Amino acid sequence: MLKDEDRIFTNLYGWFDPSLAGARKRGDWSTTKEILAMSPEDVVEVIKASGLRGRGGAGFPTGLKWSFMPKEVKDKPHYLVVNADESEPGTCKDREIMRHDPHKLVEGCLVGGYAMRACAAYIYIRGEFYNEAVALQKAIDEAYDAGLIGKNACGSGYDFDVILHRGAGAYICGEETALLESLEGKKGQPRLKPPFPAGVGLYGCPTTVNNVESIAVTPTIMRRGAEWFAGIGRPKNAGPKIFSISGHVNNPCNVEEELGIPLKELIEKHAGGVIGGWDNLLAVIPGGSSVPLMPKSTCDEILMDFDSLREVRSGLGTAAVIVMNKQTDVVKAIARLSAFYKHESCGQCTPCREGTGWMYRVMQRMVRGEADAEEIDTLEEVTRQVEGHTICALGDAAAWPIQGLIRHFRPEMERRIAAHKAGQPVTAVAQAAE
Amino acid sequence: MSTKPIAEAHLQPDSFEWTADSKAFIDKVVAKYPAGRQASAVIPLLDLAQRQHDNWIPLKAMDAIAETLSMPRIRVMEVATFYTMFNLAPVGKWFLQACTTTPCWLRGSDDVMRCIKDKLGLSANYTSTADGQFTLLEVECLGVCANAPVVQVNDDVYEDLDYDLTAKLIDDLKAGKAPEVGSMSGRKGSMSKDGPTSLVSLKDSDGVPAWFAKKQASAGGDD
Amino acid sequence: MPKLTVDGVEVEVPPGSTVLQACEAAGAEVPRFCFHDRLSVAGNCRMCLVEMEKAPKPVASCAFPAGDGMVIHTKSEVARKAQKGTMEFLLINHPLDCPICDQGGECDLQDQAMGYGYHSTRYDENKRAVTDKYMGPLVKTIMTRCIHCTRCVRFSTEIAGVTDMGMLNRGEDAEITTYLEKALDSELSANVIDLCPVGALTSKPYAFVARPWELKKTETVDVMDAVGSNIRVDARGAEVLRVLPRLHEDVNEEWISDKTRYACDGLKRQRLDRPYVRRDGKLQPASWPEAFAAVAGAMKGLKGDQMAAIAGDTVDAEAMYSLKRLMGEFGSTNLDCRQDGAKIGGPRAGYLFNTTIAGIEDADAILLIGTNPRWEGSLVNARIRKRWMQGPVSIGLIGAPVDLTYDYEHLGAGPKTLSEIADGSHAFAKVLKAAKRPMLIVGMGALAREDGAAVLAAARRIADDSGMLIAAAKDDDGNEIAAWNGFNVLHTAASRVAGLDLGFVPGADGRDVAGIVEGASSGAVKLVYLLGADEVDSDFGDAFVVYQGHHGDNGAHGADVILPGAAYTEKDGLYVNTEGRVQMGVAATFPPGEAREDWKILRALSEAVGKTLPFTTLEDVRAAMRKDHPSFAAIDTIEAAAWGEFGVAGATDDAPFAYPVDNFYMTDPISRASKTMAECTEAFVLPKREAAATGTNG
Repeated sequence: MLKDEDRIFTNLYGWFDPSLAGARKRGDWSTTKEILAMSPEDVVEVIKASGLRGRGGAGFPTGLKWSFMPKEVKDKPHYLVVNADESEPGTCKDREIMRHDPHKLVEGCLVGGYAMRACAAYIYIRGEFYNEAVALQKAIDEAYDAGLIGKNACGSGYDFDVILHRGAGAYICGEETALLESLEGKKGQPRLKPPFPAGVGLYGCPTTVNNVESIAVTPTIMRRGAEWFAGIGRPKNAGPKIFSISGHVNNPCNVEEELGIPLKELIEKHAGGVIGGWDNLLAVIPGGSSVPLMPKSTCDEILMDFDSLREVRSGLGTAAVIVMNKQTDVVKAIARLSAFYKHESCGQCTPCREGTGWMYRVMQRMVRGEADAEEIDTLEEVTRQVEGHTICALGDAAAWPIQGLIRHFRPEMERRIAAHKAGQPVTAVAQAAE
Repeated sequence: MSTKPIAEAHLQPDSFEWTADSKAFIDKVVAKYPAGRQASAVIPLLDLAQRQHDNWIPLKAMDAIAETLSMPRIRVMEVATFYTMFNLAPVGKWFLQACTTTPCWLRGSDDVMRCIKDKLGLSANYTSTADGQFTLLEVECLGVCANAPVVQVNDDVYEDLDYDLTAKLIDDLKAGKAPEVGSMSGRKGSMSKDGPTSLVSLKDSDGVPAWFAKKQASAGGDD
Repeated sequence: MPKLTVDGVEVEVPPGSTVLQACEAAGAEVPRFCFHDRLSVAGNCRMCLVEMEKAPKPVASCAFPAGDGMVIHTKSEVARKAQKGTMEFLLINHPLDCPICDQGGECDLQDQAMGYGYHSTRYDENKRAVTDKYMGPLVKTIMTRCIHCTRCVRFSTEIAGVTDMGMLNRGEDAEITTYLEKALDSELSANVIDLCPVGALTSKPYAFVARPWELKKTETVDVMDAVGSNIRVDARGAEVLRVLPRLHEDVNEEWISDKTRYACDGLKRQRLDRPYVRRDGKLQPASWPEAFAAVAGAMKGLKGDQMAAIAGDTVDAEAMYSLKRLMGEFGSTNLDCRQDGAKIGGPRAGYLFNTTIAGIEDADAILLIGTNPRWEGSLVNARIRKRWMQGPVSIGLIGAPVDLTYDYEHLGAGPKTLSEIADGSHAFAKVLKAAKRPMLIVGMGALAREDGAAVLAAARRIADDSGMLIAAAKDDDGNEIAAWNGFNVLHTAASRVAGLDLGFVPGADGRDVAGIVEGASSGAVKLVYLLGADEVDSDFGDAFVVYQGHHGDNGAHGADVILPGAAYTEKDGLYVNTEGRVQMGVAATFPPGEAREDWKILRALSEAVGKTLPFTTLEDVRAAMRKDHPSFAAIDTIEAAAWGEFGVAGATDDAPFAYPVDNFYMTDPISRASKTMAECTEAFVLPKREAAATGTNG
């Protein structure tokens, strides 16, 4: 278990003063000028060496991503864009950073922005986070007033702006190129890649988009060293990480833990255990709604990190743990996610626009058993027809939960279909996965 | 979801003018973006128009935004219809945005919806109470899952709801006083309700981590 | 040059090519809906997915850059599955109402579903229904059929320059519409019908009229302006049912204006389908011999200078040539093809669009003089917009400010500004001088006026002084520098350049249009022959007026004899566009009733008046014409015209230039007779006039 001294977000629960004075007390902004005295390449090297992987879902190495930016600023400025459009169901960690520890993010913008030679950071915060935006703007204003950002940031000679931009309610804007489109004043429709943002991003300029948590941990990494960070967690899955635990646990919460913590330990130590006890566990979605669920048998031993979860055909995603106990109508739980993806599809490309609606409608019938058993296979095929064929990953995200359901709970789906055909009432029955 | 309603012609105002405060805000917002990139301000301006105009955006406001930002009107309308948070028809004083996505549903959002139906008679999207005080919209994940289920009322999110707490929330709103933002069950933030399982050792030291305290001590002063 | 392997075939493609282009180069057919050569890449339909070795998933070939060493499979299991999957998704919410869909038989979705679809659907849910949208008198919508490819949105935004279309809402609720369902106010609007790969946007005037396989398709050219757009005329029996664009990269690319497309219903109305002779003050039906006898009677005893001929704006070259020959037999030099009185003539370079339409894309500074190219040559305007979209270009306009769909600097209203540029005192003169490929376009609004020759001279001087004439050369590194002539006249009449090439202008001591009118009222001119001349709204006094043409329009009203001719879709004939490009018109139907091709009428008349012209076939006419005027020999080629002296230096009037086209939709007898053009006038022109009159905005 992670020791308190290795926790980065010491004000995760908002016990302390989130303002600049409080943040300074906790170590934020303490040696920023020295960090900015390093070369940008050296900053990137430290982040690379720390093994930090992106905290927004994909788990791409952050330092490597930064290194894709051009090494020189030519005719176009560089931008850092912070993805604070936290909308993945189950995920509620960035919110805590922004309202309770906003200076970690603001300072991270400066450090990350410096490393990629950016002139400014745009923080794109989801529109519903109104009060969080107010808190974060306050921190930005404080940092400007104290000369920490803006012209000659921290007395480093480096000019850097931090600009907060509120979204307006669209999950798809969490996709990095949709976010850029939205930031440019358009509908949040993902762009075709290539070109990638590091070449052609915001306003056609080189841009890197990073998650709030990824950026917010970088000043601490710079201060405590890459080795310290790399020493936490498991190889290639380094560092502490905020986990959001929701659903059927006794004490839902956010908690910062080390990557690789056993799921069972995470739930029992921090979330008060599964409602009805561990044996009452049905399944867990370990990384936000987009990753396939895992049946209890997998949950018993699984470690919470990128590579361990990939091995069991799920994923760490945003480390948002959604727990379902045996009283859950698991088909309905996944069908509700299908409704979510249908609602959030941007409508731009065919497989997602049409496929999410198709999957949603079939899933609605599956909840009630109003289907033929063969339709489960058809549904599976439809998910395969969406997966990998769309402009962005929303299509995949819509497909995977259903694939996970069919993989692990096919008998429950078949049972409902049989019951419906037999004219029996179709109700969810507490049942273990196969 | 069906497409969001656009107010009928008789509800549309004949004109829309920015207030002086709005104009000052617009200058500040547009300055956030590079020259020639003023279209970036379209979401902030739609939000501004909505705040200025009883929480919904009339067509004339879209025209004003198009003109203010030198963009085609259809582009403003595309944005206005794309994003969930923009209302294009009147809504009540209290705009209830109830989350029913899986994490909230697992924690009892059905009870929240039942309470809203029982107390206000609302169950369908964009329907309002007869007195025009409340409008309901079932929304997708609000990103407050560790405090599920939640309802957002205008700008504020009310957390850790159940049937009774939802009833209390509605009663308070009816009485014209919004409860304190956050958990309705009295929980602090997203900490475990039974008390913290982490950061306990820092609780009495203002959250100053040991490594920094040590560093401060060895440096012999503050920076 | 990246080298790729596509379906086992190795191809090398230019750098910057896409995988789709590489596939085409390799001869592999890849299905697509959203992709279109002339529009930005959207990559949204996902129909063109192909397998790329080493890629984790299929790639959208239309958007993916071709790279060296790529191995592409367009028909592998992975590719086929992806394409079939997309097709299935496209069809689940498509109504499959092909039997009642006007797109049937020429539908990309229908065709590609045959090649790439499953034979039956697996979708058992209810289909989506979408409310139809109003888009004006030309574009009919059945939005349930829409597959959201956004071609129409991209066309209107990028090519037409009218950003009124968009996709509202999101996800499966996304709908294409115009802003508040206003009519799509662009002179190029109906091109979205051709672009729509399904039956969502179809032709309103053509709704439920015919199936494509019932139609006889004739490739010909348009005469609604002097651009000479290449068109296909689709007819069933004697009736022209529709006009579609035909690809010509150098002229109209693959677009046509709404007038070119939709004036064709005017071909059925107000037609002159038999000869008429005025008896007892009234035009009365007559036979051909009676009509010829009446003309012969009127000509009898007249000297050449007592006769005059005016050629109209849509007349073919052969007819003008025949009439000129006939007038010549009488010794008459009172000829004019410039109904509007434009002061042009002289060397060819002085009245051609020398830069060529495609050449506009190379210009870096453009001066518009008394022309609104949007109404006077819509595809010329579209080309200027294309140039503007490609990168920085300085455009200046002298004339009343108008919406041209691109940014320009309004320099002034009339000749005064022109003079300032000519004498170098205006800032724009420096812009032109600093440009590498400057051009100017002078329109009839600047030339069809009393001081037109002086305006022309000033324009010529600007061309000379601003380096608009560049001879072919080699630069210091030995690279070819192409020749450049930046002087351009934008004509509005399809017949005008041919008329000038044929010398259908006053000969020595001959009268021009104004002189003819004056001579007729003074009695000096006793007979006026109007060959399709409907824009001279003048009283010819006591002179005997012969009108040869196809519509009962202005020209026919005051005529003493009417000889019914053929409209452009009813005869073979040559036209020369504003660039000097000779193009061949081909008959799609027969002229109605007793009407005849125009050269034949003139040949028959020549016999009746005893001055038989030596032709018996159209080829005879053309051979003679080519002999006298060699420029007619080369079809569809541009020969650079030699620079020379033209215009008459002199004082200009201060009056601002007035554009010749007031109502784009009605500019000639055919479009004036068209019901569809009348609807467009009502939808687009009248409201603006009203607003202008009352001083309110739209």
